[in-house]
Amino acid sequence: MGLFGRGAPSRRGSVELRGIHIAHNKATAEMQTERMPLPKQIILPMQQHVGAACKPQVKRRAHVDVGTLVGHADARMTCDIFSPVSGTVKQIRTIHYSNGWSSEAVIIEPDGEQTMDASLHRPEVTDYASLVEAVRHSGIVGLGGAGFPTWLKMDTDLTNIDTWLVNGAECEPYLSSDYREMVERPDTLLEGIKACLDLSGVPRSLICIEDNKPKAIELLRSAAADDERIDVFVLPARYPQGASRVILRNVTGRSVPRGGHLTDVGALLFNVTTMSEIGRYLRDGVPLTKRRITVMGDAVQRPQNLEVFIGTPISEILEYCGLVCDPAKVVIGGPMMGVTQVELDSPIVRANSGLLAFGEDGVYTPHTTACIRCDKCIDSCPIHLAPINIQKAYLRRDVAELDELMADLCVECGTCSYVCPARQPLAQATRLARAMLRAEQRKAKGRG
Amino acid sequence: MAEESKKPLALLAAPQIASPVTTQVIMRNVLIALAPAFIASVALFGLPALIVTAVSVVSCVGFEYLWCRLRKLPNTIGDLSAAVTGVLLAFNLPSTIPLYMVVVGAFVAIIMTKELFGGIGKNFANPAIVGRIFLAVAFPVAMTTFVAPHFTLTSVDVVSSATPLASTMTNLLSHLDLLLGLHMGVLGETSALAILIGFVYLLVTKTIRWHTTVAYVATVVVLSLLTGNDPVAQALSGGLLLGAVFMATDYTTSPATVKGKVLFAIGCGLITCLIRFFGNLNEGVAYSILFMNLLVPYIDLHTKNTPIGGEGKRRGGRDE
Repeated sequence: MGLFGRGAPSRRGSVELRGIHIAHNKATAEMQTERMPLPKQIILPMQQHVGAACKPQVKRRAHVDVGTLVGHADARMTCDIFSPVSGTVKQIRTIHYSNGWSSEAVIIEPDGEQTMDASLHRPEVTDYASLVEAVRHSGIVGLGGAGFPTWLKMDTDLTNIDTWLVNGAECEPYLSSDYREMVERPDTLLEGIKACLDLSGVPRSLICIEDNKPKAIELLRSAAADDERIDVFVLPARYPQGASRVILRNVTGRSVPRGGHLTDVGALLFNVTTMSEIGRYLRDGVPLTKRRITVMGDAVQRPQNLEVFIGTPISEILEYCGLVCDPAKVVIGGPMMGVTQVELDSPIVRANSGLLAFGEDGVYTPHTTACIRCDKCIDSCPIHLAPINIQKAYLRRDVAELDELMADLCVECGTCSYVCPARQPLAQATRLARAMLRAEQRKAKGRG
Repeated sequence: MAEESKKPLALLAAPQIASPVTTQVIMRNVLIALAPAFIASVALFGLPALIVTAVSVVSCVGFEYLWCRLRKLPNTIGDLSAAVTGVLLAFNLPSTIPLYMVVVGAFVAIIMTKELFGGIGKNFANPAIVGRIFLAVAFPVAMTTFVAPHFTLTSVDVVSSATPLASTMTNLLSHLDLLLGLHMGVLGETSALAILIGFVYLLVTKTIRWHTTVAYVATVVVLSLLTGNDPVAQALSGGLLLGAVFMATDYTTSPATVKGKVLFAIGCGLITCLIRFFGNLNEGVAYSILFMNLLVPYIDLHTKNTPIGGEGKRRGGRDE
């Protein structure tokens, strides 16, 4: 390898112009967030996060208030689920997701009173451990889409951490919910960041924003001017700027080693809305019950940013925003990484930041032709992988080659499929390859 | 029950959107980029240039169509790649070539080089280059019989002669003549200016990246300087620009990474100069690209990108 191997060390703060430019389509960016009224029912899946599924803590016909604990699991890697409304538990049943998973769900019928649970109180936060404990009971998970329990991410050895990164890149087209959070609630965002810095002792925090959001950059720069630990880092608007490994590389010049975490290279990364929710929770003690989503797509009559109760069914949101035609495709998330839904009864859960509904014209069914070795996938992969080679190795079931190609480093951004002129399903193949490789790695580990 | 009669919601893997650039768009961009050189060749050589190009394109597309029909494969002529091969092959031929030879060249390019190896994306070498080399070996006289263009700046009083590289004529021709293409040669390699316009178009539309072309031409210029040849004449004459812009940059037959592309282009430049300065052929571009085409799998093997996060493993356990 020595002859042509790359020897240059990674530069600090270098912005690598990989990735791609995609039309932003953020038509809702300058629209004030609207509050959606109470839905007819709330569907609370017990799996809304990475980790162990919660067990329902309420019985059928039980009464719940806003903030009543509904789901809890006796595991470390999990996150409690709270009722977003006051009302009656109608049913506990299994719901199915379009990716084949299923989960138990608590169905609540709101009574319209929105009475607060009597046990709610402002958390007592004195040191970092108590902050982590408070976040643990706030029901906050990674709200950018990851759904990783936030308290678990915070509960780490801080001795080597020098940067508390806040991800406001929001590189997905269409979505503008994080942008609205930065513009509408800079106070809770900064309170959240300051509380974390104060108690953790981490010396600096960078709010990373793409340069297509000048208003947010301006606003947060002036709002954070009095705290020299907090700064705004402007990144070029290129997809997938917000992927954790990409943003870390572009802001700090560091790369997360294979199989490692951001903490291994001295950084923590949280979504802006997550930080802002922490700030709000420390202020009022109400667990996460609502979130902002961007509702868009050519089937939607009034595209907007909407604050919805967690567990609101998609059908009720679409009804509220109006439909110009029958939706033929409904996506939760953005167009690049979002998941198509087969059931309109599926609820919006904590990590969802967008809901897109398209008519027949918006259904893009790729017509795959032969690979012409144009290498656009290799040129644009933000992690510098070779997606076409990964696909070939996957089709051969060649795990050793997948290991050599480091398919496990893929961030599933979908850039390779997007750029492919032959419409090869590269992202899908890489996702499957990654799962196959990880299964093999686990097996190998198990054997010792 | 009304719900059941409704069409189910689409279930599709992410991403839900795709770039508008398809294979067809790429090939169309290449054809547009070839247009200035085509116009120049018709202006310089008149109707025969038009006829040779037309015959070449029609036979290339026709052979691909026939192949797809006979093998009962999906018809792929819509991706326009056969048309690109047709134009490139014609650009490698003199305007005086008998038309049956053009058809033979198209057969070698499309059937023997492309389809027998699996069609688009599977060919080991650039089809147009193999077609050209086949014709040059099979019909050496016809392939080197050139006519003077309709107009030149410097007077050349021969009707038939070899390309400028063949003799001391290089010194006689002004660089301006070379730039405008006012000298003898095959259809597409005469006007450097027209090819450069196409190059700019390819760069602007992001159809190709600049690395291969620039590294190829730069290698030739540097080696010309080192060996005491006129670097400007070497860069502008012969098929160098046509090869460097349109043929060395062929997706299928060039390496995957930028590192690989640069290495590939330097190899092309080196072989071109060796043939031009020391070999007994006048023109080395086609052979150099063919030779480097064959090395692409090996270049790819040694010029892989290092993924972000995978640095330690490749370098044998770096501790940081």
